[in-house]
Amino acid sequence: MTKARSNSLNTYAMHGALILYVLIALFPVFVILINSFKTRKAIFREPLALPDADSFSMIGYQTVMKQGDFFLYFQNSLIVTVASLFFVLLFGAMAAYALSEYRFRGNTLMGLYLALGIMIPIRIGTVAILEMMVASGLVNSLWALILVYTAQGLPLAVFILSEFMKQVSDDLKNAGRIDGLSEYTIFFRLVLPLVRPAMATVAVFNMIPIWNDLWFPLILAPAEETKTLTLGSQVFIGQFVTDWNAVLSALSMAILPALVLYVIFSRQLIRGITSGAVK
Amino acid sequence: MNKPRIRWHIPVFLAPAVLIYTAVMIFPLFNTLRLALYSRIDQERVFTGLANFQTLFFDPIWSEQFWNALGNNLWFFLVHMLVQNPIGIALAALLSHPRLRFAALYRSAIFIPTILSFVVVGFAWKLILSPIWGIAPSMLDAVGLKSLFAPWLGKEEYALTTLALISVWQFVGIPMMLIYAALLSIPEEILEAGEVDGITGLAAFWKIKLPLILPSIGIISILTFVGNFNAFDLIYASQGALAGPDFSTDILGTFMYRTFFGFQLQLGDPHMGSAIAGAMFAIILLGVCVYLFGIQTRMRRYQL
Repeated sequence: MTKARSNSLNTYAMHGALILYVLIALFPVFVILINSFKTRKAIFREPLALPDADSFSMIGYQTVMKQGDFFLYFQNSLIVTVASLFFVLLFGAMAAYALSEYRFRGNTLMGLYLALGIMIPIRIGTVAILEMMVASGLVNSLWALILVYTAQGLPLAVFILSEFMKQVSDDLKNAGRIDGLSEYTIFFRLVLPLVRPAMATVAVFNMIPIWNDLWFPLILAPAEETKTLTLGSQVFIGQFVTDWNAVLSALSMAILPALVLYVIFSRQLIRGITSGAVK
Repeated sequence: MNKPRIRWHIPVFLAPAVLIYTAVMIFPLFNTLRLALYSRIDQERVFTGLANFQTLFFDPIWSEQFWNALGNNLWFFLVHMLVQNPIGIALAALLSHPRLRFAALYRSAIFIPTILSFVVVGFAWKLILSPIWGIAPSMLDAVGLKSLFAPWLGKEEYALTTLALISVWQFVGIPMMLIYAALLSIPEEILEAGEVDGITGLAAFWKIKLPLILPSIGIISILTFVGNFNAFDLIYASQGALAGPDFSTDILGTFMYRTFFGFQLQLGDPHMGSAIAGAMFAIILLGVCVYLFGIQTRMRRYQL
């Protein structure tokens, strides 16, 4: 009896601690979102109140829509993220297949070479990357960002995918060879579909840092027509510092896509982390 | 199979990844280190050996900024190690409790800040802590602690710690998830064996689980180290390139950006920027080596 009671007390304490932390984690997001729908007066008078009929206002969103080209920023971010993920997955899977399937001289060395980039951040090479992009005329183009993010994502992608490709059955591939399929067909038609879950994990790991990066958009593509959503909202907020409605609305508009992506992919992300893909 | 044939598909499979990786990552990395050995004198690039590093470490103006940024960066890292990782471990320990309800819900909610961009996090906290808006002071007032309030981001002595704690708030989800995964992989039999010997609850955590997840804690430490010594975005988004007030939140990332690009009074200098990048590279490499050879190989691993 006493034991049961102390157990339930423990359970309450655990839920209490977790709920407290959830509140800490969500409170700032909540405050920003509710205040973005309020009039300026209401923002300052009752910052913690939900918007009601009196205080509801979309003025901030109107300013954002008029002044900032958020649709373009969003489109740029989407293009950069999707294209980078596509190349990371395609090239990463190809290299991972070569490393895990074939024995050739230099195999281990090549694997180590590609793994170097897991620990060394690509930002260290920024000065030379900018010089290279200027020389090749890629500066202020989305290609500069796509190339950088592809290079940044490849090491971990190759590492994770080759672990998974080792598990694909040899019999299947050999059956394909006996049927006269080329190595390329075996890779694209037989192996790739089987490692799809691992590819999804790699994609989700790469997606958030690429979408949220501020450093490379700031340095390689700061032009108005190539601004990503992260850089665009940074610049917009910097210009509208005193217009609280606009700032809160811009913040909410930057939060929303990330939240939507998270809701769609959270199961994949959590499964990826907890399945021990990153050991 | 008698004559040695070249298996062309191997280079074809490898080429795109190796080419992009080499051209955009490895080559610029070494090129940056090389550029650190040059200076621009009279519009020409001249090889000056280690002169840039000498300036960086010993010139009074430069070295003061460099050591300030490095010291701040160390403090930034320490706050993460002492606050973020213990909280992450504690949350993971709570979440991995076998009969806990709503665990998935808590986990997803606590991870939300991690997916937000630094710009959002930086500004959101700046607004909440702002004395003009008054959310933080009125909340402290509600619990009778209003006297504790100060414009934390605007005071030299608090700004860096405040930013570090904001960063902790954002990233606590990562150690939580990794430790959670490690805790789940502990076999039930070991815990039951402990229970038979009377080790339950907190004692089980300290005596059985913690030693078993030490390797994961090692990985988290090195990830935190690399992430912190390469940080930039949060400071830039909330305090600007000058890392105010009075450079009190300057870390290596912002210092490098300012040197490389220049700011109001100073022209950008790619060579000094490269020298700072070189110093960052050395620090990160040192950290990774300490981890790989000093910690990882000596850590006791238990066969599960």
